[in-house]
Amino acid sequence: MTAPVLSRPPRMLVLWCPDWPVVAAGAAAGLPAHLPAAVFAANRVVACSAIARAAGVRRDMRRREAQSRCPELAVFAEDPDRDARLFEPVVAAVEQLVVGVEAVRPGLVAVPVSGAAGYFGGEDTLVELLVDHVSGETGVECQIGVSDGLFAATLAAHRSLLVEAGTGASFLASLSVTELDQPGSERAELVDLLRRLGLRTLGAFAALSERDVVARFGSVGVLAHRLANGQDERPPHRRRPPPELFVTETFDPPLERIDVAAFMAKTLAGRFHSGLAARGLACTRLGIYATTERGEELSRVWRCAEPLTPEGIADRVRWQFEGWLRAGDGQRPTAGVSELRLEPGETVEGRSLQLGLWQGGDGGEHTPEADRAARALVHVQGLLGPDSVFTAVVEGGRGPAERFRLVPWGDQRTPSEGHDAPWPEQLPAPSPATVFEERVPVVVSGAAGVEVSVTDRHRLTGRPQRVAIDGGAPRRVLGWAGPWPVLARWWMPEAKTRVRMQVVLEGMSGSRSDIALLLEWQAKRSPLWTVEGMYD
Amino acid sequence: MSGGSVAELSAVRSGEAPESSELSELSAVARLASLPGVSTASGVAATAVHAQATGRVLPVLPALAGLLPWGGLRRGSTVAVHGSTSLLLALLAEATSSGSWAAVVGVPRVGLSAARELGVEVSRLALVPRPGADFASATAALLDGVDLVVAGPPGRFGGTQTARRLAARARHRGAVLLSLGPWPGAEVELRCAPVSWSGLEEGHGYLREREVAVEVGGRGAAARPVRTSLLLGPDGVVVRAVDPVRPALPSGGAAPSAEEVKVG
Repeated sequence: MTAPVLSRPPRMLVLWCPDWPVVAAGAAAGLPAHLPAAVFAANRVVACSAIARAAGVRRDMRRREAQSRCPELAVFAEDPDRDARLFEPVVAAVEQLVVGVEAVRPGLVAVPVSGAAGYFGGEDTLVELLVDHVSGETGVECQIGVSDGLFAATLAAHRSLLVEAGTGASFLASLSVTELDQPGSERAELVDLLRRLGLRTLGAFAALSERDVVARFGSVGVLAHRLANGQDERPPHRRRPPPELFVTETFDPPLERIDVAAFMAKTLAGRFHSGLAARGLACTRLGIYATTERGEELSRVWRCAEPLTPEGIADRVRWQFEGWLRAGDGQRPTAGVSELRLEPGETVEGRSLQLGLWQGGDGGEHTPEADRAARALVHVQGLLGPDSVFTAVVEGGRGPAERFRLVPWGDQRTPSEGHDAPWPEQLPAPSPATVFEERVPVVVSGAAGVEVSVTDRHRLTGRPQRVAIDGGAPRRVLGWAGPWPVLARWWMPEAKTRVRMQVVLEGMSGSRSDIALLLEWQAKRSPLWTVEGMYD
Repeated sequence: MSGGSVAELSAVRSGEAPESSELSELSAVARLASLPGVSTASGVAATAVHAQATGRVLPVLPALAGLLPWGGLRRGSTVAVHGSTSLLLALLAEATSSGSWAAVVGVPRVGLSAARELGVEVSRLALVPRPGADFASATAALLDGVDLVVAGPPGRFGGTQTARRLAARARHRGAVLLSLGPWPGAEVELRCAPVSWSGLEEGHGYLREREVAVEVGGRGAAARPVRTSLLLGPDGVVVRAVDPVRPALPSGGAAPSAEEVKVG
């Protein structure tokens, strides 16, 4: 080995949950673990469960091929937020036993092994204890590997190995060079190149001199070379619970008025923020906990897409007080707030506070109007709760209500795949300006007052002549068009035939306004016809 | 009108150095204009243009500009739209696509597809579908930061008192409060009645466009009623006929004198 060995990387224990995206997606959807499932991004398999793998599903496979090999495959979309959220309990379970836990990515936790192994009496005992504890606490299957350095320990975890101290490099040497391409590392190109150059094992790659690697492969190559050598890509940054960052304030006399609370919130937020900033941190999840004079505990956790500024923290505290103190009877605390605690639920490195040099670089708008609107919307969320303010995201769909998805303010607004695809059964513009959520029953009657229905071939059983809305008087039909069948999801067992029809109805006596409606018919339902939308 | 516009007008006039024959007439106008509460027609027009240029009036679709007394939605005003959600959405279109934000409170049934078809930039449209008992405080909070706030009728939420308080908040914050349905004390009221639909035949075709009769009334600058016939259809909003004087609504179908002006 020609590269100088700088220092042996610290011995690491890696706890790896196999196929974590699938496990998380299945847990979120309530899918039993014995059914095959796979997570897809851009129509390619990202991760699949062991059962799906046994049926022949592999990573990077197209969805069609995966489904042809395993027709009962449950398909999930990739969602890193979901993976991370569900992984939090696993990290917490590990943290109960060991300190200095670093979550590498959802599904992978690294722990420095030396201290804990000494405390629990050996690495074997620690590994055994962790596996039991994590599966007992969270019900998640995991594998553990121990080796020198994070990379080697990760590969050891994939194989459930305990690599002896000092033999990390020789453990790596026999492994395939494709192991360099771990998820998220984006080394596929480099690995491909190495393979074509005949460097099949990590050992062969590590045997090159670092100078040659720099000259030929650049900085990406050097990092990979360090890994292949058993070095660390970077020193581990330990995740520590930071209790000293909590800010607690007691109030005497207790806070009962919002303006007083707002004033206190400002100073408290300043203290809280400077405490974080002194450690180079900023907070993306803020927990606000209050205790009233009579011992009632109030709490609300605010999660934010961007790190909070002191003003942002003060605003949230103030809004939270407004939410609490202005709540309706029965929900309002019976006494003033005597103690207030701010907790950083999640911290990021402070440099993330830096604004982008170019506007719009992060996808969001940063005009003064958008910032003002954002503050107002967060304020309303403080009054009504986070699930009260929405913005709409374009979604592919057939019906007028299906073309947009409402996303709570603050969540990511990514349009779903296929939103701009042609949707065959969409009605052309105009769309109804009023879309009813609750179904308003109508009776469509034809000649001689017989109710009009739809045959199996999607034809009307008669000419619609009168329509009575919600039990009202029947109105004369001035024009009608349709019926247009909605054949979406015909393969689902619970799918029912649906049919849409547009009608223009004469105004009631006295008012001269005709109304145009979009009606929906559904087989074997009472009432047969409902109003889906109104063109008003 | 404000004293500022009158002062401006007289300043402009004095700079022109008028000829002696016009002088007496002008001085009469100036004397009238100097009375509090009196403004000249050119003064009104100049103020409207000035207000638009300085952003005190939010833009609307060109076809709708003629309906509104300020050629747009004046900041601080309250506009009530009766009988048509589409027209209300069309009012939001130009402002949201030029960067303003809009919010819809207490109208859970608003059709977003229709909004997009009418030209509303849906990514700048926030929805608070169910404010419940907090309707007033939520609307007030939105008026603080959002340029256009569409509210459901306040009747269910607290009545005239709430309505007046919110209108005052809008005036103070420079937002435009639009209501779907009656709003006590609204400055501008737009009443719409669909006159005719076209596109539907007996069992075939699609709803394509409709003619809507809009009657504009209100207080102050909007006190003079205007009646217009609009076409809402695939070409956006098109003015079909403007009739400021005739008392009756224009009858449906093709009026012989109707000149079709495509603006939208």
